[in-house]
Amino acid sequence: MNTTPTRSNGATWLESLAGSAAVHDWPAVRVVDAMLAGAPARFIAVVPDADNRFPRARNGEVGLVEGWQLAQAVQETIEADRDAPHKRPIVAVIDVTSQAYGRREEAFGIHQALAGAAGAYAQARLAGHPVIGLIVGLAMSGAFLAHGYQANRLIALEDPGVMVHAMGKASAARITLRSVEALEALAQSVPPMAYDIGSYASLGLLWKVLRPSSAATPSADDVALVRTTLEAALADIAAEPERDLSGRFDGEHRAASRRVRELLRTQWDGH
Amino acid sequence: MNIEQLLQRDSFIERNARNRARGLLDAGSMRELVGPFDRVTSPWLARQHIVTQADDGVVVAKGTLDGVATVILAIEGAFQGGSMGEVGGAKIAGALELAARDNRNGTPTQAVILFETGGVRLQEANLGLAAIAEIQSAIVDLRRYRPVIGVSAGTVGCYGGMSIAAGLCSYLVLTREARLGLNGPQVIEQEAGLAEFDSRNRALIWGLTGGEQRCATHLADVLVDDDTVQVRTAVAGLFHAGPPAIHRSERYADFLASLAQVDTAQQPAPADVRALYGKGLG
Repeated sequence: MNTTPTRSNGATWLESLAGSAAVHDWPAVRVVDAMLAGAPARFIAVVPDADNRFPRARNGEVGLVEGWQLAQAVQETIEADRDAPHKRPIVAVIDVTSQAYGRREEAFGIHQALAGAAGAYAQARLAGHPVIGLIVGLAMSGAFLAHGYQANRLIALEDPGVMVHAMGKASAARITLRSVEALEALAQSVPPMAYDIGSYASLGLLWKVLRPSSAATPSADDVALVRTTLEAALADIAAEPERDLSGRFDGEHRAASRRVRELLRTQWDGH
Repeated sequence: MNIEQLLQRDSFIERNARNRARGLLDAGSMRELVGPFDRVTSPWLARQHIVTQADDGVVVAKGTLDGVATVILAIEGAFQGGSMGEVGGAKIAGALELAARDNRNGTPTQAVILFETGGVRLQEANLGLAAIAEIQSAIVDLRRYRPVIGVSAGTVGCYGGMSIAAGLCSYLVLTREARLGLNGPQVIEQEAGLAEFDSRNRALIWGLTGGEQRCATHLADVLVDDDTVQVRTAVAGLFHAGPPAIHRSERYADFLASLAQVDTAQQPAPADVRALYGKGLG
């Protein structure tokens, strides 16, 4: 722990919103219990860990251990509130570069570790915990599926350092046999392929987009804005009985998703 | 399997998605939803001058299995590598959502997902990823009532975000030809270098991520031959067993205890994983 890790947006925002009294002695998955809207809440972030035992998970990736620790952090919350009338909120502070790419990871089943995390968040939501995903940096691919994508509400900061995607630009170009330039040109006309938050918002997946002065070095006003928005999200979740993800289907670029569900509903029972 | 059995077997792998679904359901009970005649194709592939398919690579087949209402979500690996785009993803998520709703309304309905997929369709990137999150949500919802069973037979394997979905299933049935992993070998080689993963070393790939290894290490439940009757019998047996007391995705304590013992200075051999998980997850 004697190295000085690069300060990640995730670490910065976790501390700004919840302080630094971590529940677990885990270097890469930071879990902090703090107040939100006058009641206890659990804040969780994945941060870089330069000394990670697994060398492919040192830059903020979600690896084997991180996946299962996320699962534990969330399952503990569900267990603690099992008989409580009020289920405490969980805030996933999202800044995850990617899942960990490595041979060890595949050998020991990283897909299962990430399923542990994604499943725990989904179970928390279904159990009545308000789950909020706050995107303050990268939200990439499998790492985002494991940490935050199961939230009742997603909030993103609009900032050049904030991106959501299925795969990093260079890798996506290689896999689809395109150049980065061709990929960027395509993204202009194909919104789901774009990397910026504005295009992502057009898919209808975000509940709110915020414009802080900086995502990396937030001002007191930025932190206040985010806190107010988190509180508003809690109120919004409380006002709605649905615990599923149907709030995400209304985006202007999701007409096909709506059409498919409509056809399924009408054909499901009929003969 | 001897030569006679081999010649007479009804290969599951050689079937396409639609016929795989038909082979699992009770004879004559299958009805396809949002089928090719509904003409819901990917709105995004056409814009990129890529040929679309009338079912977008996913077959939703409703019927019965041993008399119980069952929906099969069969991914066609031959179309765009079984990748998940907006339409195919919505078909899977939407059907699972309806199955969960039926259970809540008192009609037991169960689901099988046939995973032949490379994961997110990069040409639809964020909409594929969003659909996979919705599929995962629906699996977790539905598995509270009835088992959600994943089958991966071959030849594409089950990768990317859909391998995470597979990890949420109540049970997984694999053939020896199947592979189950998050990142494809080529992607790992690209991202981490040849020394980390040689994507042309097929023995390495099957040794670490093949069906036999995944079943031996408790990351999957039943190993079957490439035989339709065997697949169907395995699936029916697992449905009969009902949901497990604890789902694999909930076993963080067992996995973390096992991973704490890994010597991360070495790259593990398949036998190392068997020794570790054989003890920790058995």
